[in-house]
Amino acid sequence: MSQHEHRIIGTPRRRVDGRAKALGQTRFADDIVLPRMLHCKLLRSPHPHARIVRIDASRALARPGVHLVLTGRDLPIEYGILPVSQDEQALCLDKVRFVGDPVAAVIAREELIAFEALDDIVVEYEPLATISDPDEGLRVATPRIHEYGEEGNIHKRVAFAFGDTDAGFAEADHVFEDTFFYQGNTHLAIEQHASVAAVDPDGKLCIWSSTQTPHYLHRALAKVLAMSPAHIRVIATPNGGGFGGKSDPFNHEIVVSKAAIVLGRPVKICLTREEVFYCHRGRHPVLMRIKTGVKKDGSITAMHLQTLIDGGAYGSYGVASTFYTGALQTVTYRVPRYRFEGCRVFTNKPPCGPKRGHGTPQPRFGQEIQLDKIAEKLAIDPAELRLRIVESPNAVTANYMRLGTIGLAECIRRVVERSEWKTRYRRLPEGRGIGIACSSYLSGAGLPIYWNAMPHSGVQLKLDRGGGVTVFCGATEIGQGSDDVLVACIAQILGIDPFDVRAVTGDTDLTPVDLGSYSSRVTLMMGNAAIQAAERAREQLAAAVAPHLEIPPTRLVFAGGRVFDTEDPAAGISFREAVCLAEARFGTIGTVGSYTPPASPARYKGGGVGPSPTYSYSAAVVEVEVDPTTGWLTVPRVWIAHDIGRALNPTLVRGQVEGSVYMALGEALMEEQTFRRLPNKLSKALVHKFPSMLEYKSPTTLDMPEVFTDLIEDPDPRGPFGAKEVGQGPLLPIMPAVANAVYDAIGVRIDEVPITPEKIVKALDEKRAGRTPRYGPSAFPEIAWPEALRVPPPWEGGDGHAVNDPPRPRSAKKSKVIHT
Amino acid sequence: MTLPIESKKSAHITLRLNGEAAETSFAPYKTLLEVLREDLGLMGTKHGCELGECGACAVLVDGEPMLSCLLLGLECEGRDVVTVEGLDHEGRLHPLQEAFADLGATQCGYCTPAFLLTAKALLDRDPDPSRDAIREALSGALCRCTGYLQIFEAVEAAVVKIAADKKVSR
Repeated sequence: MSQHEHRIIGTPRRRVDGRAKALGQTRFADDIVLPRMLHCKLLRSPHPHARIVRIDASRALARPGVHLVLTGRDLPIEYGILPVSQDEQALCLDKVRFVGDPVAAVIAREELIAFEALDDIVVEYEPLATISDPDEGLRVATPRIHEYGEEGNIHKRVAFAFGDTDAGFAEADHVFEDTFFYQGNTHLAIEQHASVAAVDPDGKLCIWSSTQTPHYLHRALAKVLAMSPAHIRVIATPNGGGFGGKSDPFNHEIVVSKAAIVLGRPVKICLTREEVFYCHRGRHPVLMRIKTGVKKDGSITAMHLQTLIDGGAYGSYGVASTFYTGALQTVTYRVPRYRFEGCRVFTNKPPCGPKRGHGTPQPRFGQEIQLDKIAEKLAIDPAELRLRIVESPNAVTANYMRLGTIGLAECIRRVVERSEWKTRYRRLPEGRGIGIACSSYLSGAGLPIYWNAMPHSGVQLKLDRGGGVTVFCGATEIGQGSDDVLVACIAQILGIDPFDVRAVTGDTDLTPVDLGSYSSRVTLMMGNAAIQAAERAREQLAAAVAPHLEIPPTRLVFAGGRVFDTEDPAAGISFREAVCLAEARFGTIGTVGSYTPPASPARYKGGGVGPSPTYSYSAAVVEVEVDPTTGWLTVPRVWIAHDIGRALNPTLVRGQVEGSVYMALGEALMEEQTFRRLPNKLSKALVHKFPSMLEYKSPTTLDMPEVFTDLIEDPDPRGPFGAKEVGQGPLLPIMPAVANAVYDAIGVRIDEVPITPEKIVKALDEKRAGRTPRYGPSAFPEIAWPEALRVPPPWEGGDGHAVNDPPRPRSAKKSKVIHT
Repeated sequence: MTLPIESKKSAHITLRLNGEAAETSFAPYKTLLEVLREDLGLMGTKHGCELGECGACAVLVDGEPMLSCLLLGLECEGRDVVTVEGLDHEGRLHPLQEAFADLGATQCGYCTPAFLLTAKALLDRDPDPSRDAIREALSGALCRCTGYLQIFEAVEAAVVKIAADKKVSR
């Protein structure tokens, strides 16, 4: 590898969109203003569960300045992000399922007029009994929130047995069984969702929207509006933060599109902060039971995980989330036999969905606390215990996840060293403590949401005679640095300045499909596609330049804006001249690249969730200080090491790590999306406890600890230049590390998040009373699990198939159809 | 068609906006945030709640950071308002802007204008603030992307740059 090769990759650089953002000139969806634009507001249900008897919008329509009122009848076709959960309507037609479910839309000349006209709409509801939590949902079968699902209000139930766990527990020296609860929380992106839809001069629909998934919005719009996708253009504006909260196709996006078509004028909507809390799709509340068998040396003989998941009112990504609560328990430590059962229940609350870590932070929280308990019982240092059981690189796990490189041991060693773990753990004065935890995460979901054989990411390159390069890709910039990764990969291969590359992204008319900014997939998948496109362009240029310099193409180096002879660097031409030579020889220069993840060895039904080209790993040590009187908890310091494979732009990688630590501390200490019942005289509705930023607590500058970040670079051949994900993984170890540190500080276990002062005080009261010094759930309800799919692990002679795989239902086959 | 009375642009103010004399007419109920974005076309000022909770809409009014969603446009008669559009000078970025762009202090960029302006107000009154003073000054704005640390570092880098620039110009 020549010294020129990595001048861009691996060097801390200003991100390509840094200037625009520092100038405040990045155009977010709500910054778009079009001539003759109208404004839309949604009327939302005040009832958590009710039948819609009648809607009368005549008074609203008569109000001066009101152009249109839409109701469920105008948009009856159901949609949803997953093929198996097409359970949403843009405006509720027959019934509402949570406080905040939209029933009508007013489109008016001004936002204020639309807002006031909402009061003119008369909706007659017939309230229905509500389901407030999964416990109630398991017990109460009617009324059903949805007419589909397993039975009653159970949305999805899954059960797997990977190997003989009974034998595993039998051969264990100790078996641990614990229950944990992870409260739900929300993304709280500072940008409120916004969309502008317009019919363009050619008569086609165009929508600008704060979406992380323009491709899936494109599909949903085509379905609900019954239009050809060729006549719909989705432009994903840069997102003012996403974190998973802008990954579903949303009702407001469909409503403004319909309104723009009906009226022939641009229509905008920008949600209020309160409405963003109703959009939600955030972290699922999960109750967990984890049973783990270990040998005296700490090696795990078997694990059995059960999860009970509060889904909220719609499917969203929930079926995937359910699988995700069980899919990644095996990819961090060696778990030779594994049993997993998961159950998602519908409740009359805003729908839960994917938030940073999607379904995996909850079981990770339980698993890492339980490991702390195991270490204590076995009298092994918790860091040492983890080092002993780290999975092997390139292993295939019990549930058939094929792993890549694993830098976890090095991550653990690094945080142990930097935090002076060995001299501080168990040795700090009462009230101060440190805790450790680890994690792993996908570098992109191995399967698309709609199963098909096409690439997950596509990139096109256009080379200009002036030496400029334009790169086109459907990937979406949500702040994570998607555009920067794209440009860096191209600039590196072609040896040009990133500033000479223009990125056109997230536009279904102009850019090839990239599935979206979710599942930590962009760097790996888009990066590999970009490298392929750029290498193809470089090949063409080399074929034209080599005869010109009278050397073989293999001797050419592309660097510093030049193409030159590696043996005689002075002999060369500018990149611009190289493009001209190539264009003269081959015609217009344009190349494409695409990326499809490798096939997974998991061949069983449900094995589509969890596989990834490779996985990232993180280890964290958190230090806490606890006031034993008030329970007040502060976090002064965090040490975190992340196995990034290779840091493409270390400045941005560090930002992702620290941003994850920040968001994780919010979840660990304060953030919670909770609900309460209004009193009888006020309709008994189940309402969001605090749909505002003031009361939904999130960490400020004053709460942020010092963070010592280490990037562990062990390039993974599956990643672009060896890179793995960083957007989600580093969030995962923080919550359990905080809980473990609290135990080190004051000797009480807080087995649920958020870890609030109130819970600490209660646990300390238990401790003083001589009872189990713990705060957390005590029981896991009885659930009628289906017969487990039995998939023998490779070491029990399995081949990735279930031995009792039931025939696939017809709908599963249908989901493979690209466009229905 | 008659519009509701409150929608008429019956309010009128003159002010100093980003260093220049300006005047504008708007509906009297509008906040400064709305007047800036909707009537003056200055989209750099962002909103995250319109209730004074998130801090994203901060602008400088007479040099002090203020939440433009809590100020009426009418209250700004005769006052000096600086938005993010007033930070760069003749095409050159302010040292804070350079540092934010270079050092990872901006990720999605949505809260960035508010952080830049709040930091500028701090540096205008304290050219060499401690890390704690920076934390304190910026505590009214929320950022969900960065975890704040690279923002602190960018402010500190700008402090060094501004001091060096002053030395040169002396």
